Amino acid sequence: MGRRILFVTTDQQRYDTLGCNGGTLSRTPVVDGLAAAGIRYERAVPQSVVCMPSRSTILTGQHPSTHGVWMNGVALPVDAPSVAAVLHRAGYRTALVGKPHFQPFVDPFGRFAENGLARAETTTTESPWPDGTTGPHRGFDHLELATHGPFGPLHYARWLTTTHPEAAAGFYAVLDRELEVNADGGGATGAPQVKDNPVPRDWYHTDWVADRTIAWLDALDDGDDWFCWMSFPDPHHPWDPPASELGRVDWREVPLPAGYVEDASERERILDAKPRHWRLWYDGALVSNFEAPARWVPATLTPDQVREVNARNAVEVELIDEALGRVLAAVAARGWDDDLDVIVTTDHGELQGDFGLLFKGPYHVDGLMRLPLVWRPAPAAGVAPAAVTGPVGLVDLAPTFCAIAGLPPEPWMEGAPLPVDDADADARGHGCALTEWDSELLGVDVHLRTITQGGWVCTTYGPGTVHDGTEGELYDLADDPLQRVNRWDDPAARGVRDDLVDDLRRRLPAPRTPRLPLDAPV
Amino acid sequence: MRRGSVRREVVVRVDADTAWRVVGRPDVLHHWFPGIVDCRVEGDTRTVTLGTGLALQETILTNDPLQRRFQYRIAGGPFTEHLATLDVVALGDDASLITYASDAAPATMAIVLGGATAGALAELRRQLEAGEGPALAAVAAVPERSGGRPAGPRPAGDAAHAGAPDRPAHRGGR
Repeated sequence: MGRRILFVTTDQQRYDTLGCNGGTLSRTPVVDGLAAAGIRYERAVPQSVVCMPSRSTILTGQHPSTHGVWMNGVALPVDAPSVAAVLHRAGYRTALVGKPHFQPFVDPFGRFAENGLARAETTTTESPWPDGTTGPHRGFDHLELATHGPFGPLHYARWLTTTHPEAAAGFYAVLDRELEVNADGGGATGAPQVKDNPVPRDWYHTDWVADRTIAWLDALDDGDDWFCWMSFPDPHHPWDPPASELGRVDWREVPLPAGYVEDASERERILDAKPRHWRLWYDGALVSNFEAPARWVPATLTPDQVREVNARNAVEVELIDEALGRVLAAVAARGWDDDLDVIVTTDHGELQGDFGLLFKGPYHVDGLMRLPLVWRPAPAAGVAPAAVTGPVGLVDLAPTFCAIAGLPPEPWMEGAPLPVDDADADARGHGCALTEWDSELLGVDVHLRTITQGGWVCTTYGPGTVHDGTEGELYDLADDPLQRVNRWDDPAARGVRDDLVDDLRRRLPAPRTPRLPLDAPV
Repeated sequence: MRRGSVRREVVVRVDADTAWRVVGRPDVLHHWFPGIVDCRVEGDTRTVTLGTGLALQETILTNDPLQRRFQYRIAGGPFTEHLATLDVVALGDDASLITYASDAAPATMAIVLGGATAGALAELRRQLEAGEGPALAAVAAVPERSGGRPAGPRPAGDAAHAGAPDRPAHRGGR
């Protein structure tokens, strides 16, 4: 028997939403307890700030340039490298329960395997592997899939609309009738993507993911080694948690986040000091990506709407924490806890009011780039609790899973096993993370490359619709933790900037050729 | 409503007439378009069935073997507006450029079609360059003419369905 791995992801969760990271809105005792017993990462950085590229990085251990999923809507090839396949081949039972998103969800042609599993009433399929063999899809011998509601082809939607069809209408429709990300407002403030959802908590996708994880674990033999990726769709918008739970956090009592600039003229001055697309989106003059409602104008966002969105987000985070607690109790009841590694993180963050913005896009700042990451190593491993202060990346997860399983990292993995403390990080050369953004949507393109290193975040821009390729952003994370002062053109920071840009260009992997096609908007 | 316009293209190492023999045959589409599992042609109307079971009705607007241009419009389904244009352009004697343009509203559907048509062109290239495949077999099973010459007037009410070689395929020269 080896060490078992429970890998928990949420979707679009900020660093500061966890109690162990200083968050005060949500009660997260389960993750806080894991952090107290394990390692808490204070600067975990995604390699992309949207779902599909980031999740592809988690699975492959590669940067977007290498795995090729350069924006949402680009499918990760079915025979792409997969850490789950490595573990499966080593004898692990492997499952993914919850949100996958390695292939587009908008799939009327039925081209993508992940969208066809529920329709075929199965939980895996034979797919090609990168070594020319075939095996369970992406190395998972069990997939039970969900996304943000009852719409679409995945298992949760099929279960809900079959067993509780009356509940479907209570959810917020993520896309509107024109198949755009919905801008309709709801709740008490009319905030976008907010709705009072009468669904009973037991039927909500957070509890479904936990229930199905427990069911899969229940079917395993006591001696099995296993890797389970439990992938919660929340707290990604829409913010429509079960209405029965809304009383946990009174939105009227929610303080405005530190990143929200209350004075509009000051807010706009800060935006104007950043590359042009920031202000253009804020004003509703440029829609560069599909992930935010095209019809929603951020400048209309009110302080109360920020409060209500944050309150509902906090409710969703609490529900996830409690669901995780149920799963950990089930694991403990099997006697597995002493040999169990638990890693909790997310795929990317959420602006959640920072700079007067919501959702996500080509904005490489902490709201989207500073992620919760907690690793509770198996108690039997005797790893001392610690905090790691320097940058690590989601690209480091795949080799970490290999290390936990006693396997060497695969040569195609571009990260390194996560450090267990700062001294380990220094000794093994951690301390740098890269993040990429590329989008081309209906004639608008944006390209960013970012390095997080040495207490700075430095972003370069490629030529695009509203950029000439000379723009950039440079933030001193110690002196400017809210990234309000762009020092790209500050002569006093020129040396730092030039060194970071040189290092960024030296470290970036060569882009995959030929480029993978865009298959859908998301 | 936002509309979108996308174009995908592929260079194929076969002459334009060879490529057109497949592109100009509306009844064999499902043999080279991944995600379309069936298509039936009745006069100017083609009904395609997608992999999810969704059926879309299309109107064939242009099937011009002189320009090697094929156009159709999807009516209904998730579309409020649609026009597809396929062109086969000769690149010398032994290569051709095939473009597949999709104009659509909602814009989301144009993007989806862009992905699907890219996959279709890749499959078409694979079959054409291999000189074999289900689309070429379907064309061979119901040969109408060779050399990309225009068809005569289409008999009223004719129908075609690939895989049913005893039925004449529609060649709507207009």
